[in-house]
Amino acid sequence: MVRYAIRRVLLLVPTLFLVALITFVLAQAAPGSPFDRNPDKPLSEDARARLNALYGLDRPIHEQFAIYVANAVRLDFGNSIISQRPVVEIIGNGLPRSAQLGIQALLVAVAIALPLGVVSALKQNTLVDYGSVLAATIGTTIPSFVIGLMLIYVFGVTLKWVPFIGWGEGCGPLPSCDFRRMILPTLVLALGPAAYLMRITRASMLDVIRQDFVRTARAKGLRENVVVVRHALRNALIPVITILGPATAALIVGTFFIEYIFSIPGSGGEYIRAIRSRDYPVIMATTLLYAFFIALGNLVVDLAYGVVDPRMKVAK
Amino acid sequence: MATLSTPLRARPNAVDLGGLDRQQRSLWIDAWQRLSRNKAAMLGLVIMALACLVAATAQWIAPYEPLEQNTANNLRDPVWGDPRYVDPGHLFGTDSLGRDILSRLIYSARISIVIGFAPAAVVFVIGVTVGMVAGYTGGTTDNLLMRLTDVIYAFPDLLFLIIIMTSLRDTGIGQLVGGLILMFLAIAVVNWIGVARLTRGQVLALKEKEFVEAARAVGASPGRIMLRHLFPNALAPLIVQTAFAVPTYILYEAGLSFLGVGIRPPIPTWGSMLNEGFLVFSSTPWPVLLPALCISIVMLAFTFVGDGLRDALDPRMKI
Amino acid sequence: MAQLLEVRDLHTQFFTRDGVVRAVDGVSFELDQGETLGLVGESGCGKTVTALSLMRLIPIPPGKIVKGSIVFDGADVLKMDDDEVRGIRGNNVAMIFQDPMTSLNPVLTISRQISEALELHLKMDKSESRKRTIELLDLVGIPSAKKRMDDYPHQFSGGMRQRVMIAMALSCNPKLILADEPTTALDVTIQAQILDLLKNLAREFRTAFILITHDLGVVAGMTQRIHVMYGGKIVEKADTGELFANPKMPYTWGLLRSIPRLDEHRKAKLLPIEGLPPDLIAPPPGCRFEPRCQYRRDLCREKEPELRRIPNAKPDHEARCWGTQEGGWLVDTDWRRETGDAAVLEEIKQEVAQLPPEPKTDGEMPPPPPSAPLN
Repeated sequence: MVRYAIRRVLLLVPTLFLVALITFVLAQAAPGSPFDRNPDKPLSEDARARLNALYGLDRPIHEQFAIYVANAVRLDFGNSIISQRPVVEIIGNGLPRSAQLGIQALLVAVAIALPLGVVSALKQNTLVDYGSVLAATIGTTIPSFVIGLMLIYVFGVTLKWVPFIGWGEGCGPLPSCDFRRMILPTLVLALGPAAYLMRITRASMLDVIRQDFVRTARAKGLRENVVVVRHALRNALIPVITILGPATAALIVGTFFIEYIFSIPGSGGEYIRAIRSRDYPVIMATTLLYAFFIALGNLVVDLAYGVVDPRMKVAK
Repeated sequence: MATLSTPLRARPNAVDLGGLDRQQRSLWIDAWQRLSRNKAAMLGLVIMALACLVAATAQWIAPYEPLEQNTANNLRDPVWGDPRYVDPGHLFGTDSLGRDILSRLIYSARISIVIGFAPAAVVFVIGVTVGMVAGYTGGTTDNLLMRLTDVIYAFPDLLFLIIIMTSLRDTGIGQLVGGLILMFLAIAVVNWIGVARLTRGQVLALKEKEFVEAARAVGASPGRIMLRHLFPNALAPLIVQTAFAVPTYILYEAGLSFLGVGIRPPIPTWGSMLNEGFLVFSSTPWPVLLPALCISIVMLAFTFVGDGLRDALDPRMKI
Repeated sequence: MAQLLEVRDLHTQFFTRDGVVRAVDGVSFELDQGETLGLVGESGCGKTVTALSLMRLIPIPPGKIVKGSIVFDGADVLKMDDDEVRGIRGNNVAMIFQDPMTSLNPVLTISRQISEALELHLKMDKSESRKRTIELLDLVGIPSAKKRMDDYPHQFSGGMRQRVMIAMALSCNPKLILADEPTTALDVTIQAQILDLLKNLAREFRTAFILITHDLGVVAGMTQRIHVMYGGKIVEKADTGELFANPKMPYTWGLLRSIPRLDEHRKAKLLPIEGLPPDLIAPPPGCRFEPRCQYRRDLCREKEPELRRIPNAKPDHEARCWGTQEGGWLVDTDWRRETGDAAVLEEIKQEVAQLPPEPKTDGEMPPPPPSAPLN
């Protein structure tokens, strides 16, 4: 188990290297130079050369990449082309808030999806079941930013139940000044993963409650809730855990949209701003960071799998 | 229960395709009957057909030219909105540049349908070809494919697409047809591997079956075996996967355009309408809500059809 | 000996999309304390559903016990509330299931699964139940029980797992054990060991058991009495010795003919029973075995026989057959010599050949209802 964990951690390195390479190559492929901001006032050749030298853009590509990687290892990603602030600082500012948003959403998603999935499976083909399956279909189908925009209109603009814009503006990530501003973004971000988790939980639970060992548990005289929680749910969770990896990825991509439409000053929103202004140092560093988180999420899921399912330990 | 992925019963004369074809056809009819009993899927099909019809006839049914601006008459409410801001000439109102929202929605259906189906076709052809070869011949192609999958799978598709669309946006290819061509390519590059992997899995399972052995025994060429024996039997799960891929691609376009890295303005798409409408969201919600509604309806329609196809073609695939 | 169990006119049905499956259709029998009974029949004849009904483990829906009574130890199980039934399950009545591979929970340790019932019914604390678990595992012959009790099911072989199942069944000293095909999923060499273990432990603790099997050979040395089931009904009841010496129902004859015997030479061919078990949604109007019976007469198709005493047999020997009952045409037939009417056999064979190649269901239970269209 420990050796497996170490091997998996080491495997992170080539994955990240590849992601760095891909983003670097794509950034290089972009035409023009980042200094061509204003087409009406082209830079003089001289100024361009000086800027290129300043940012190391005059060296051969492979050298630039080597320098980039070497700096990245030391967490030095250079400065933003737009604001001139260090990239690490820009990301560091937004990340805690984004992380809080993501973790909140994940917790909400699990808290909604697991009970709903289990109940839906136990009450299969009832109104509760049809209702939750339909809700889950809608949740997995309609993208979060579309649902988010609709909910802003319904709850924020028309009903005025919750303030929704600019959570955390001018205050620290924890505790937030006004927790009500977190409700809508957290819910909207949680919706997609919750719907997907619910469908998996339901399908897995339906499969497990028909298994022989559940009948064995009932034959022992155990109460139905013990049968469901101790015997059925523990088995049903095994496939659910595997999709927590993709769910992490979905949450990260989700934060781009959610932070953008709710004007939350997080690193996801910052990423979108960087993309819109072609701020390559920020784009590359943030991409790398997200790749790292996603790989880490997958790693944790794989290790958790070994803990939950005793059959995996022998296989390793 | 007869399913397509349980391969046809092997017979000593399995190369006699007459027999195979007949059984195959009855399986498809079977699947169609199951699909047609599924009300949600039928509703989805009707909506899909309607969307295609609207896309095909856009230039005749759209009341206005979608790019025609009239800043004096901008931000009109739809006819059911606030009577002070309604212009009865514009059924769904106008956007911030005074363009007719209904006409833009109608023309947007074109982009969405095209972006849904065209890359799906490209992805299908490339993915199936590579997957077949990798699965049937094994060796280097197979190894390479599997390594590539590992990397691509570790990364969310949309993130890949964002990076590709951002960096190649200003190249020559990024400017063709308002970025549509680049988006086709980007979607194809990111997605063909999933199809290849599924095909490979199917082929690996099928190639040991007796009817393939029999075909090999009578000297059928690898190409013929792949095309006539493996492909038809691997088709059902591929169709289901493609049915789910189409709405995913439509979603990609909407997401990318919403972020401003998709199709270039002024070409109307539902995603870019959201993007532009979002800027005036505080004054009027309709430029956002109407395209949001269109996206939701079309996505749901495609998902219903996908679910129905999956249940009809392979009842064992769940979730 | 005092009566432990009395089942009267039990009807268990499954309500499926295709119709009502009458899985158990009027079954009655008794069992004394410490007595052993074999319930024998082909797959789908209702043996397992009968056993599950005794513990009220029928999945509802689609199943339902629609009629009858099950008096266990003086109380009617079917009139109990859920708490009372749970008080009996695992405590007074325990069940051993067919497949030890799937009947144990893969994510819980063996000791956890055994001690669960001890803590629930005997109110033991952790250390008591662990001690008892070790005793039980020793009892069923698990080597180094103390070390292995914290292993998971996948770390045991099939035979060992079935021993664990037996330990689990014995844990609360039940008065009755229901063993549902306990050896079907095991190797032939392991089968005998498990059966011996079950028999000896039941004798040692004076536990009554019902052994359910499709294999008459398995029950031969195991139980005092045998009930043969066919199509949801009991068709023959007799002492074990009497049943093998003097069977009185053509279906039992067919079962006996299809047992491979080592002591007879290859000359005697194994004779399978032609045809399929009856459709329990629309069973034949007369005798349920009539469509497959080589000795049938018109009467068999028209009217269903009762389970009756049989002439020239022991007094408690009963069979559900017009032919062997008082005045029937099979009273003096020697089943070893006369294998029935060749013309009827040919007719049956032709009917079988015309059936669709795949049987509709072959399991003991009707298939689970299809899930919601949306998932």
